[in-house]
Amino acid sequence: MVELNLSRRQFLKLSGATAATLAIVELGFDDKRAYAKTKEFKIAKTTVTPTICCYCGVGCGILVHTKKNEVVYTEGDPDNPINEGKLCSKGTTLRQLYTSEKRLTKPLYRAPGSSKWEEKDWGWMLDTIAKRTKDTRDASFVEVENGITVNKTEKIASLGGAALDNEETYLLAKLMRGLGITYLEHQARI
Amino acid sequence: MTNHWNDLQHTDCALIIGANPAENHPISFRWLTKAKENGGKIVSVDPRFTRTSAQADVYAALRSGTDIPFIGGMINYAIQNNLIHKEYVVKYTNASFIVKEGYDFKDGLFSGYDQTKRAYDKTKWVIETTEDGKPVKDETLENPRSVFQLMKKHYSRYDVDTVTAVTGTPKDDYLKVCETFCSTGKVGKSGTIMYAMGTTQHTVGSQNVRIYAILQLLLGNIGLPGGGINAMRGESNVQGSTDFGLLFDNLTGYLAAPKATLPEHVTLKGYLEKETPKTGYWSNKPKFVVSLLKSWYGNNATADNEFGYQFLPKGNKNYSHINLFNAMYKGELEGAFMFGTNPVVGGPNAGKEKEALGNLKWMVAIDLWETETSAFWQTGAGSDPSKINTEVFLLPASASFEKEGSISNSSRWMQYRWKAIDSKGEARPDLDIIHELALKLKKLYANSPKSADKPFLFLDWNYGTGEVPDIDLVAKEINGYDLKTGKLLKTFGDLKDDGSTSSGNWIYSGFYPEEGKNLSKRRDNVDTGNANYLNWSFAWPANRRILYNRASADPSGQPWSKEKAVIWWDAAQKKWIGNDVPDFKAVTAPTEPGGTGAFMMNKDGVALLFAPTLNDGPFPEHYEPFESPVPNVFSSQQLNPATVIIEGDFNKKGGKAKYPIVGTTYRVSEHWQSGSMTRNQEWLSELAGHMFVEMSEEFAKERGIKNKDKIVVSSARGEIKAYAMVTKRFKPYNVNGKKVHQIGMPWHFGFKGFATGDTANRLTPHIGDANTMIPEFKAFLCDVRRAD
Repeated sequence: MVELNLSRRQFLKLSGATAATLAIVELGFDDKRAYAKTKEFKIAKTTVTPTICCYCGVGCGILVHTKKNEVVYTEGDPDNPINEGKLCSKGTTLRQLYTSEKRLTKPLYRAPGSSKWEEKDWGWMLDTIAKRTKDTRDASFVEVENGITVNKTEKIASLGGAALDNEETYLLAKLMRGLGITYLEHQARI
Repeated sequence: MTNHWNDLQHTDCALIIGANPAENHPISFRWLTKAKENGGKIVSVDPRFTRTSAQADVYAALRSGTDIPFIGGMINYAIQNNLIHKEYVVKYTNASFIVKEGYDFKDGLFSGYDQTKRAYDKTKWVIETTEDGKPVKDETLENPRSVFQLMKKHYSRYDVDTVTAVTGTPKDDYLKVCETFCSTGKVGKSGTIMYAMGTTQHTVGSQNVRIYAILQLLLGNIGLPGGGINAMRGESNVQGSTDFGLLFDNLTGYLAAPKATLPEHVTLKGYLEKETPKTGYWSNKPKFVVSLLKSWYGNNATADNEFGYQFLPKGNKNYSHINLFNAMYKGELEGAFMFGTNPVVGGPNAGKEKEALGNLKWMVAIDLWETETSAFWQTGAGSDPSKINTEVFLLPASASFEKEGSISNSSRWMQYRWKAIDSKGEARPDLDIIHELALKLKKLYANSPKSADKPFLFLDWNYGTGEVPDIDLVAKEINGYDLKTGKLLKTFGDLKDDGSTSSGNWIYSGFYPEEGKNLSKRRDNVDTGNANYLNWSFAWPANRRILYNRASADPSGQPWSKEKAVIWWDAAQKKWIGNDVPDFKAVTAPTEPGGTGAFMMNKDGVALLFAPTLNDGPFPEHYEPFESPVPNVFSSQQLNPATVIIEGDFNKKGGKAKYPIVGTTYRVSEHWQSGSMTRNQEWLSELAGHMFVEMSEEFAKERGIKNKDKIVVSSARGEIKAYAMVTKRFKPYNVNGKKVHQIGMPWHFGFKGFATGDTANRLTPHIGDANTMIPEFKAFLCDVRRAD
């Protein structure tokens, strides 16, 4: 649950400017009256969810306004002490990560030698990936090398992860090392 | 970062080198601007006059790859002009330690060098100890074998004239930098050094960082508000992903991955003995390792089976990025996962990395977009699909606000992101993808009697019952439990090495101290003092905001100055108090043994001016980049003697005759890394739509190139086309009387997205730093011609 610990001043700043409701938060007073005082702007009655920018390592706070499964607007989070509501050009356009027509919306598969993608369902994709992983691991797994237990495969690599959440990187490292993968790298190296 | 973004406002001088935060970390500049309003100065050192330089009080140019001469000269200047903080240096660094006979330095080589191995025998670089293992010291710093005197001698060669002849910096500008920054050696002042990939992406990258740290220690700037050594991270969670062990050589929390090449690592006992120093905080390492094994192998980790230590893979080589792609290029790899990464644009010698992908049997890419990497087999990549047999699986991933979880910024602040909306289309969070893949593999391996499958079958994987994992269970596993009571741990101080505690990442332990209290979710933005915001999110370790803050107080425990106070010893309360979590045992008095050990992670409690741990020497020394237009003035060693060179087609080297121009890469504010996130958006694509190469007016004139001309840049690795951008921001360098030109270009572009362009990294080499193998993206040789 979001623990938006807003002071009254901060709440007025938010509600006055955007007439927003706060995601999953009980503020303990009548928000309908707050709406009534405000003209219906595009971002009126949106749900506001705080996030942290996905780009550089500064870690600016951003508020995401959503309504009926649309990202209506994003803006700097005035309560985040790092950016105090300010954003750069990339942070400002965060909304387009959702709206861009280039977003992948379906799993795609490319067969060997093929010149095109084919749409596949998630179940088939993950089943096949698991099978490929197992086949390669099984054929290449080394339990003992020069008399030492090594339990590794050097035929599979895993790259990337600097844009993942901590919880995701934790599970990724655990899974890959758990499978015996030694070629484990991400963007910190490059 | 030792310090944090908000703390920048407290600096008296920010030396920004190898970084351009005004462009690449724009919001950090909010706090640098505040520092300026408070009377602080900004110094920008960069090959190019950047947006950061435009905001600076002092700017100095340097040729790419010459940071060590530049800072080495500042060290010499500070010592010669008596600007160092001597008491700090004596008490908090190993300056007073005596170095054993056997250490020597001659003509660019430290003692112990083996030419055939291109490696040093580090046992030649040893501190003299007494019978009980304590370092022998001379606190007058006069002994010629003291670290201080050896260092002073080493950098006496870095006089202003030699330095500026190498770096190409105008002498007046150089002296202005020395004077401005070294003034922070005074008590009551603090200076910060801010750096990024312009520092690290060199064959001497680690030593570049080291030499910044040495300067900061000499000036007494580490541990103070407005001080420190601050790496600006380029990706939102590259801090976290490194903390969580996504590099081949580290498990979580910077615990070394076991190696088959070290005989001690054959058993857990041997591993722990080898890896654990006798003194300093790392002496607790067995507690962190055993607790990690308990998190990974659960009930399958017992005292009888070395807590599952043998289940961990033991490698026998360096598996880092360059070597990984070299192995792939040679056909040694069969499968690869790519989690939101795009090496066909972002990797060094990217043309070869693209070719290497074609040798895979299968590849899985998890991304928001079809990137140049997942599309490497297409004609747009210059490939013939019919000849590429790689099976490619492309899985749509959720955007950052379509899921929940925490990320760690450069300040080590672990901030939470809540889910704002369901994922677009069929996209799924990486957490769900990893989890479901693990479950499917578990099912495939279920009941296997093979001993080879035991390590994976014994991997503990319990994150709820459905296909979607319970992220709260993951978070709590990271924090760790007291396994006897089942309660969450409040601090890593409670970890045990007997299997009675667990923690997936010890440095984060304490962020989830009790049920329902994930501290990364905290949003109390009241300034708790020093702008440390102790109740906003959580900072690892232990919610500490300024690392080494014990050093902000003098040996007696009182702040060196009122202006720069952080924590201090309160004799009445018998504990350290102040505005931050002490980086010290909170109840250890300054008068007790170890009471002045401000750098408690190190075995002697002091910072290392002389560091016998690095592969390329205990003191940073200048060597030219892999490709350089000039000979090394400092010694006959042209290239870092400990750098590994890959010979052959995978890493072609260019000479100065054919490629006389120094090339470097950089970023623009509107794009991010390989551009996959930003070139797939309309506005950012429109704002910065074209690949360009920036060059000086002087160079453009020499080559008959006009602004906006189409040009070709070539290196030994490949050629790219781009628009010429002729600016006053680059100037030719005078390097030892010779005119040297440098050009620069963004590395964001590729053939996918709205904004397309040629990939700069097709020009860069497959050579890495002697310690980390980070590629030398930032200094290579090339040539430029008009395209028509």
